[in-house]
Parts: sequence; C-alpha cells; structure tokens
Amino acid sequence: MFHLIEAFSIALRMIVSGDAVVFSIALRTLLIASASTLAATLLFVPLGCLIHFNSFRGKRLARGFIQTMYSVPTVFVGMLVFLMVSRAGPLGGMGILFSPWAIILGEIILIFPIITGLTLSALQGTGKGLEDTAIALGARRRTMVLKVLTEARYTMLTSVLMGFGRAVSEVGVAIMVGGNIAGHTRTLTTAIALGVGKGETASSIALGLILLSLAMIVSIMVNLLQHGGNR
Amino acid sequence: MILQMKNIHLTKEKNRILRGVSINVPEGSFFVLMGPTGCGKTSLLRLAGLLAKPDSGEVHFHGIPVPSKGEALFQTRRRIATMFQTPVMFSGTVWSNVSWGLKIRGISKTEVVRRVEQILDFTGLENFAQRDASTLSGGERRRTALARALVLNPELLILDEPTTSLDPSFKRDLLSRLNEIHSRTGTTFLMATHDFTDALAVGTIGAVMRHGLVTQAGSIDELLFKPENSFMASFTGMRNIFPAEFAGSMARVGEVDVAHAGDRNGHGFLAIPPESIVLALSKKVTSERNRLTGIVKSVERSGINWDVEVEVSDISLTVAVTTGALNELSVTTGSSIYISFKASAVHLF
Repeated sequence: MFHLIEAFSIALRMIVSGDAVVFSIALRTLLIASASTLAATLLFVPLGCLIHFNSFRGKRLARGFIQTMYSVPTVFVGMLVFLMVSRAGPLGGMGILFSPWAIILGEIILIFPIITGLTLSALQGTGKGLEDTAIALGARRRTMVLKVLTEARYTMLTSVLMGFGRAVSEVGVAIMVGGNIAGHTRTLTTAIALGVGKGETASSIALGLILLSLAMIVSIMVNLLQHGGNR
Repeated sequence: MILQMKNIHLTKEKNRILRGVSINVPEGSFFVLMGPTGCGKTSLLRLAGLLAKPDSGEVHFHGIPVPSKGEALFQTRRRIATMFQTPVMFSGTVWSNVSWGLKIRGISKTEVVRRVEQILDFTGLENFAQRDASTLSGGERRRTALARALVLNPELLILDEPTTSLDPSFKRDLLSRLNEIHSRTGTTFLMATHDFTDALAVGTIGAVMRHGLVTQAGSIDELLFKPENSFMASFTGMRNIFPAEFAGSMARVGEVDVAHAGDRNGHGFLAIPPESIVLALSKKVTSERNRLTGIVKSVERSGINWDVEVEVSDISLTVAVTTGALNELSVTTGSSIYISFKASAVHLF
C-alpha cells in the first residue's frame, strides 16, 4: 500500500515538473489520435451522410454491418493492418510498418464504424419530419441536407469525439503495428503496458493519469455537446 | 380547381394505402378531408403537398398536371405549404423558424423582417419572436408552424390534423384563427381531421375517407345532413343507426315498424336522432306517427344532458334528455316508458 502511495506521489511530481519523456509520449499519442480522428472524420462523416441521404439496395445491411463493427477487437485490426503493411502485404511497399503512420492507419480503420455509425444515428435522430419540413417549406435537396446537418451538428461532433476517445485509448493497434519503439512509436497505452511489465510503477501511473485526464476531457466535452444539442 | 387528384393509388410495404382516391379542391375553399385514423388522409396530403409520388393517378395544380420530377415539380411545390400533424421546430427562435422559408428563397432582409413581423402579429405570436422554439407548448408550436407556412403566401395551405392532442381551449383558438386567416387571405386550405366537429367549425366543402377510398364528398352541410351510408351517418355523429327493410313510407327495424317521410323499398339504413325522440310516462295523443313503448335500460350523463337507453322490442334506442326533463319524468332503470318521434325526423340512407 505504501509502495502504491509513493508511486502516486512520484507520478504527480513527474507531471507537475513536466517530465520530458512522459510529456513527449503524451504529445505523440495526442498527435497520432488527432491525425487518425481527423482523417476518419474527413472520410467517414461524408460516408455516413451518403448512406443516410440516399436510398439503395442493402442500406439496412450496411447499417447493421457498421453497428456490428463497433466492438471490433483492437488486436484484430492491429493484425489486419500488420498483414497489410508488412513487407509481403499489399501495402508493404509503403514501408510504414513500425512507424506512427501505421498506427494512424490502424486507428482510422478502428474508429471507422464509430464515426460512420454515430453520424448515421445523429442524422437519423433528427427524424424524417425535419427533412419533410424543410422540403415542404420550399427547400431544394441540398438546402434540406444542409439544414439537417446543421440541426445534427452537436450529435455529429459527439461521434467524432467518441472516435477520438477510442483512438487515444486503444493499445492493440499501437503495439502490433507501431512496435512500441521509444521516441518513435511509443504511445501512452503501449508505454503503460511496457512500464507495468518492467515494474516502473510511478511512470506508468503518471502516464495513466494523463490518459485518464484525456479520456475525461473527451467525456466532459461529449456531455457538454449533448447538453448543447438538447437545449 | 386549384388541386385535382385523380384516381390516386398508393402502396406502402405491401399495404394498399390509397385505392383510387379522387378529390377536387376549388380555389379559395376550405376543404376538409375527414376520416378515421389510418384511412389514408396523411398519405393523400403528402401527395397533395407534392412531397411524395403516387404509384398511379394524376395530380393537377390549377388544371396543369404536376410533373413527377425536375424544376417544374420544385417550382409548383413552392406554391404549396404543408403543416404537419406533429410540427418539427428548427433549433433557434420562433423568428428564425418563421423566417427560414423566406431566407432560402433569397428574399431581401427588409422584406423578410416586414413579412415575418406581419405574420407573427397575424397569428398572435408577436410576443414570442425571440422565444427558443424548443420551449414552446403544443399549441404554440402549431401556431409557429402555421406562421412559418403562411409567411410564404402559399396558394394552397395543407394542414394535417392541426388540432390533434390540443386541449379544448387551444383547439377552439386555433380553429377560429384558421377561419379568420382563411377569410382574410383567401388562401385555399386543405385540412385533414378525424373529428367532424372540426369540419363544422371551419370547412366549406370536404370529403370523407375510409379504407383508402373517398366514401362521400360534397359541401359540409351535405355531408352532415345527407349521409349516403351508415358509416357516414356514424362518422358525422348520428346515433340510433339501424339496418332496415323499407316498404313505401314504412320501415321494419328488427321487430319494430318505423314510419318515415320518404318513399323507399328494399334494404337500407335509417337513423333516429336521439334529440328528436320524446319521452313520456303515459300514452299521449300526439301528432307524431311513431309511438312506441319501451323499458329504460340505463341513464348516463352526456355533457350537460343525459342519455337514456330505452329497449323497444329487440332494438335499443338512445334518447337525449335535459336534466330538467329527467327530474320531471323521474326516469329510473327498469321502468316502463313511452317514446315518440316524428316520421320526418327519421334519416334514410
């Protein structure tokens, strides 16, 4: 018990004093998660919109598939990306295995269902009545789409934050395709996993507290946005 | 005619919603589309508002067939406004909701301000302009939705069950506003309702639907006083409706002979309005051709009056009486009573 309290106090000191190693890992994690979330947002929010605003055969199936993928194991995605970017894989020529780019690619795939699915739910949540009202008031289709997107903006932003939350806290992809290389691909989660194994409790707790803070900030922002959307 | 819908068919998920509906809405009229819940009113209104396409049939606006797609459809749709049964409010204030339709038409800011102010005043919402639309009550939402549609100066305003789930005072207020707006603007109104009393309050002409078909169409008075079948009679609030075998001026209802003012033979229906039947404790000499004896089965309050159910042979008649008459007659369940009604009071269909 005493050991744990001492480790916590060292961890807090590391954070307060701005420990260079701890903060470089935190910054890298933020950058990787932000990059993957940004790319996934640019790709999959429009995909969610396309699915929602268009009628096509298999729409229900597509929706079901995306929802099933919400809980895809991170190690499965990690394995998939590893096979793709390893030398013998289809993307082997890019030479990105064990680089931050490989982690970003993995996280994009990991959060694809969350961002697409929650975008779909956000748009669906506005109700058919909103689309009908806009059209009945004389809107062209593109004006109607813009109106629905405006009305769903808070919930759609929530889906992006949820995606970021998943990306920042995942470990499977980062460890399998990043390789946990110090100063290069080490992220908060992989560093914690390694630190605990090596008995570096204090630094692991410090990294854990930063990760927890990030997760809480995301959670608070989601709550605030949902409150804003419900006003 | 501003709107003509000819032989409209519509199927949704293998259910035949509309089975060849035709209606004609004259310009400037207040047309009321009536019928019980689920009869296809809302589906027909969506087609009338050009928000959906029928499987078959034609929609004409000002005598010109409306195309199924393209710019011409869009431009025609802009001449019509629809207010849905459950109005959806956009986020923002009442003002931003009401002005939205004008803004997307590219109307100048000063004109938007002028028209929105005018319509808010017109609909009694002048003090609500800056209210957050999500905080409005059901009645206020409907008035906002009405203002949002009216501000566009539509040639045809479609209202889908605007009084549903409103409390009586809000309902009266909304209906009287609709009446006033109709007479002041001259806009053609097409309103759906399942309540015939709404049609009486505002309508000039209408149609009653059942099972995806128009059962009867005509002026509101015709629908009320000349129901063509037992469904129509029941829908317009008639009671004591019976199947009958007619022979000249007499009709056989069960084992009871009823005199009527018509001349008909064969099978049909008749209705005896409860308020046309007179109760008496003793046999009186009256001019009424129908004089019967019955047993009181029940006495129930119905608003400010009472409904007395009298069993006459094998039929049961409901008689409407005032509290004063009820006390005077000392009507009690199980007592024997005399009833009479004029032959001219009997409706045939």
